Amino acid sequence: MPTTALTLADLAFLAQGAGLTLAITAVAVACGTVLGILCGILRVQFGPFWTAPLTFLLDVFRSVPLLIRLVLANAAQSIAKLGWGPFTTSCIVLSLYTAAYCTEIVRGAIVAVPQPLRRASRSLGLSWRQDMTFVVAPLATRVALPSWIGLTLGVMKDSALVLWLGLIELLRASQILVTRLQEPLLILMICGGIYFLLSFPIARLGGLLEKRWSPR
Amino acid sequence: MIEIQNVRKSFGSLEVLKGIDLTVHKGEVVTIIGGSGSGKSTLLTCINGLEPIASGRIVVDGIDVHGKGTNLDALRSKIGIVFQQWNAFPHYTGLENVMLAPRKVLGLTRQAAEEIALKHLTAVGLADKLTVYPTRLSGGQQQRMAIARALAMSPEYMLFDEVTSALDPMLVGEVLDTLRMLASQGMTMICVTHEMKFAREVSDRVAFFHRGVMAEIAPPDALFGAPREPETRAFLAATH
Ligand SMILES: Nc1ncnc2c1ncn2[C@@H]1O[C@H](COP(=O)(O)OP(=O)(O)OP(=O)(O)O)[C@@H](O)[C@H]1O
Ligand SMILES: [Mg+2]
Repeated sequence: MPTTALTLADLAFLAQGAGLTLAITAVAVACGTVLGILCGILRVQFGPFWTAPLTFLLDVFRSVPLLIRLVLANAAQSIAKLGWGPFTTSCIVLSLYTAAYCTEIVRGAIVAVPQPLRRASRSLGLSWRQDMTFVVAPLATRVALPSWIGLTLGVMKDSALVLWLGLIELLRASQILVTRLQEPLLILMICGGIYFLLSFPIARLGGLLEKRWSPR
Repeated sequence: MIEIQNVRKSFGSLEVLKGIDLTVHKGEVVTIIGGSGSGKSTLLTCINGLEPIASGRIVVDGIDVHGKGTNLDALRSKIGIVFQQWNAFPHYTGLENVMLAPRKVLGLTRQAAEEIALKHLTAVGLADKLTVYPTRLSGGQQQRMAIARALAMSPEYMLFDEVTSALDPMLVGEVLDTLRMLASQGMTMICVTHEMKFAREVSDRVAFFHRGVMAEIAPPDALFGAPREPETRAFLAATH
């Protein structure tokens, strides 16, 4: 006979799910951000014409629902016999998803750095790389930060969709417990609370940095 | 020495420089006056290679600015330029603004760069604004900071593009004083300006630009006292 009380083991089960959510989010945001910065710089540097194929690809990644892409990617990798597990597949799909949005954020932030400032830095003899490092990067980061935090939090919630590949992340773990314990309200509240605990530090970090960087 | 030889430059179908010839010798101060859109700013940005040219040559100390393989970053570190709009880096303090290029381009240590920055900020009267961010500086102070920032690279040439025209009349004087000081120290300068009195006072020669052509160039007394060209006369009459 199934027990209806929430045990410590159940909480550990939820925590394990949360760990998976956090891991997938961390990998996707890290890889997606690096890729997004690269693509964003490429887009600014080479202009819309030469980067049209890249833009098209990113548009596809932004417009096709994540769930469909996850399932398609999983099917594709198994047809191609790549032997990726669901975790790898999820990370790759979510990384590309993050990269697609991040590219736009980065592009917008670089373009927001006033052209005259860049001329001034180049006229002092700074190379393109130095200009990017010491003038563009700090200023663009300030512009990009709020959208990037939003993206990160979004990816964390959207990562729940990987349960369709059979991964037991936070949401799936809660579902399993709900089915067994028949206590949907309590468990979903706990689950929501955990999502909040995961998101809160990131949102706070964003707020702190913004405050620190605001014009003095 | 800056040698500008038959330089032409277009933006799309608009020819902005129509064959400019001008040689500026070491220690000389040349001011450029002329109507809006006559190509004055464009010429300055061509001199340090921020803008490409269509034909002709610009040679600085024997180096062809627009030649293939010219190290523009190295060349730019000896040609300072200050623009009409003050372009302080908003994320750096006054001191950091001035230290950036000496540290990164010249490879100086933090201490050496700080010393140089301090010297130039003091010279332009900003010794009390070292740790202040640009948003807290007035237009005139930001402009003087931009001048100090350019000077900290120990440039051999300075190009000034209407450095006072975005300033309050109250603040124009302090910036012009800085330029006068530089001129008296023997800096080689090309100044685009609308301040006729200043041009008259500091220049060795004054050039009048009209629709992409250097219509006239002469010592200030000659150009202001007895302009040869009808366009020069019309321009001077309109600005007085
Ligand atoms: N980046 C650009 N793209 C297209 N046209 C430009 C660009 N920069 C300048 N122009 C055009 O070139 C012409 C000359 O401009 P320039 O800025 O050199 O004039 P100026 O003599 O400095 O005028 P002002 O006294 O108003 O500063 C103008 O008609 C201007 O519209
Ligand atoms: Mg101009």
